Amino acid sequence: MPALDSASNGTPRIGVYVCHCGINIAHTVDVPACAEFARALPHVTVAREYKFMCSDPGQELIQQDLRDGLVNRVVVASCSPLMHEHTFRTATKVGGGNPFMFQMANIREHVSWVTVDKGMATDKAKSLIAAAVARISFHEPLERTRVPVHPDVMVVGGGIAGIHAALTMADAGKKVYLVEREPTIGGHMAKFDKTFPTLDCSACILTPKMSAVRSHPNITLWSYSEVSHVEGYVGNFKATVKRKPRYVKEDQCVGCLDCIESCVYKVAKVPDEFNVGLSMRKPVYVPFPQATPLVAVIDPETCIEFKSHHCKKTCVEACEKDAIDFNQVEEIHEVPVGAIVLATGFKTFDAKRISRYGYGKYPNVYTSLEVERMVNAAGPTGGEVHLADGAKPRAVGIIHCVGSRDVATNRYCSKVCCMYSLKLAHLLKERTGAEVYNFYIDMRTPGKGYEEFYDRLLQEQVHFIRGRVAEVSDWAMDDEEEGRLILRVEDTLIGRVRRIPVDMVVLSVGLEAQPDADDVRRLFNISCSKEGWFLERHPKLAPVSTFTVGIFLAGACQGPKDIPESVAQAGAAAAEALALVDRGHVELEPNTAYSVEELCSGCHVCIALCPYSAIAFDKTKNASVVNGALCKGCGTCVAACPSGALQQNLFRDEQIFEEIKGVLSYV
Amino acid sequence: MSEAKSDNKRFEPRIVAFFCNWCTYTAADLAGTARMRYAANVRVIRLMCSGRLDPQFVFAALRGGADGVLIGGCHPGDCHYQEGNHKALRRFVLMQRFLTTMGIEPERVRLEWIAASEGDKVQRVINQMTEKVRALGPLRLEQRMLLHTDLPEPLLETSLEPALVEGGRV
Repeated sequence: MPALDSASNGTPRIGVYVCHCGINIAHTVDVPACAEFARALPHVTVAREYKFMCSDPGQELIQQDLRDGLVNRVVVASCSPLMHEHTFRTATKVGGGNPFMFQMANIREHVSWVTVDKGMATDKAKSLIAAAVARISFHEPLERTRVPVHPDVMVVGGGIAGIHAALTMADAGKKVYLVEREPTIGGHMAKFDKTFPTLDCSACILTPKMSAVRSHPNITLWSYSEVSHVEGYVGNFKATVKRKPRYVKEDQCVGCLDCIESCVYKVAKVPDEFNVGLSMRKPVYVPFPQATPLVAVIDPETCIEFKSHHCKKTCVEACEKDAIDFNQVEEIHEVPVGAIVLATGFKTFDAKRISRYGYGKYPNVYTSLEVERMVNAAGPTGGEVHLADGAKPRAVGIIHCVGSRDVATNRYCSKVCCMYSLKLAHLLKERTGAEVYNFYIDMRTPGKGYEEFYDRLLQEQVHFIRGRVAEVSDWAMDDEEEGRLILRVEDTLIGRVRRIPVDMVVLSVGLEAQPDADDVRRLFNISCSKEGWFLERHPKLAPVSTFTVGIFLAGACQGPKDIPESVAQAGAAAAEALALVDRGHVELEPNTAYSVEELCSGCHVCIALCPYSAIAFDKTKNASVVNGALCKGCGTCVAACPSGALQQNLFRDEQIFEEIKGVLSYV
Repeated sequence: MSEAKSDNKRFEPRIVAFFCNWCTYTAADLAGTARMRYAANVRVIRLMCSGRLDPQFVFAALRGGADGVLIGGCHPGDCHYQEGNHKALRRFVLMQRFLTTMGIEPERVRLEWIAASEGDKVQRVINQMTEKVRALGPLRLEQRMLLHTDLPEPLLETSLEPALVEGGRV
């Protein structure tokens, strides 16, 4: 090992600060013993313990010791560096030290919280402290590099969360690219009739925001488009967006719908995605009357012109604006953005997966989303609720928790189903006068005005039966059940199995991550939870940030959320993104690789390994050189360098060798 | 942890772990936050990426008294730096061969892909690894090396040529 470089580092005077974290650490780890142990380690001049090192007085301990010249390197043994490394680096800097002359020993998440035996926990804590002390003698002062932040931002997903985030940032004067996969923005909220608990008309409150997006001078709306590639880093992303051809020129179409009227298909024959297949559309269509942008789209899968090239093209004749263009091709746009908000939403649970509820088998078993469309005045039935044969239902059963709170499907609670089931119960009762039965496991109605809404439904004589429905069948046992759907359920409040005959069954399907969430998260280099929801940086304190700085989350892509929560989170994500881009610059971690040129043998091994093309061979120097601006600090090249010419700041070979010795020095 | 109190004389293996910052280290933090109890034998060293894992770190740990080494990275395709974990895998396969040549049980070095959300996997892997190494017994590297006196000096120094590791498509 090379000797300590006293010129740049000064003789190490190490301060070790062991945190009790209230009793979080002290309950399992003998903190005074750790401090005493640290005091005896080489180069340690000060070892202290304190109740909460992250508190102001705790940080002041460090700063005072630095100011008094007692220490020039700081080790804090407390929680995870992912939690408080920033806090203590800043404290070190405020005390007059270099923020990178600091090392953390994680004795909370990795020791006290996971170990039962106090002796073993204390020993493990001591060895982690020894490792941090061993390595920090080899730290040297480092500087963060400042890079400018591009002021434009991107929002991916045009549901209510994406719309709100885009509008917030656009109102703040930022240029926003809003990318939506479907031909229109609006997302799930556009499909709903009313919203709980206020029974606001969903379209009435959403469509003004959609129009605002369309007309906002700062928003570039790219519907029918997908992000296909993202590169770069915080503040300097480069996103590639594919704009699918809609075969109708967006700048020409005025949304008159004449093309749809004149289509050679006189009768619509294609299942309408917006109405979840409850109605039909033509090959040329707009998803719904308030679609934004209100521009027709031609579906090449079903359009005769695309299939046979022999269509009369009556749509082209009908279009006064000459907007139809069968030769349109995919457009690729590459835009620089400083921050990205992901608001890619959710999908509803596929009710066919629970076959005993008869979805797809009995025509009068519907999903909640289908009923949302049915009760909607603009929906496929004009707001009329009727059965497959056109009759009005006399009784409706709503089954809660379909695809939620079930080890066979999803263990989690989808959070919104109790409330939307109550809303649908109210609407169904109002529209049909039917007896409405809710079959629930637990009623979960926390939220402003939510419990009151539940009370209201109880007053409205809606029936509530506590029990998970075993089966939906058409197997009648008496005349009353004949020709109807029978729900078999154990009513757990009276302790009896009951058979409830109804005419219509509504399955309150849960929320699931988008089927391509895994591809999307890889595209943006973020993580997912096991269920496929995008993982936030911290569940409590960084709920809209991700582990990739500059990428933020909004809405149900992060987990089941209702509309108010999605909007609140979208606002938070917008604020975080604004805080980033408004600062104008970002400081990058200095943990990049560098080359000690005189050691380089010129083997070129490192160059091919770098995923960011950050290493080039300098022929005049006959050595590999690292471009610090491109290097992201993985250290793969460093591990591969056969001559030790490449090193990584904060993870230099000797620092890690010392850390290894440290953890093994005390066992 | 029941095993801790059951037998004081029981062999407690020393295991050094190298966890990548983005997936496995975060998962270990999650295990902590969720108060998942596991064996106290593993000491974690944080690297930014499993691709930073120089095989010399593993050998230095074994030479320095570790009975086992655990390497944790992101699942294939999930690497925060695109493909550092693939490089770790390549090196791991070579290390395994090398260990076998050296007369060291390859199970003493384990590579696991653990995502940031898999706190329970950290718990499971650490417990399994601890039990496995406990069953294998202490490494006692010096005694083993004395049995292999025919080995050339550089191998005792465990100076694996990293260029070989990178050159080969494993």
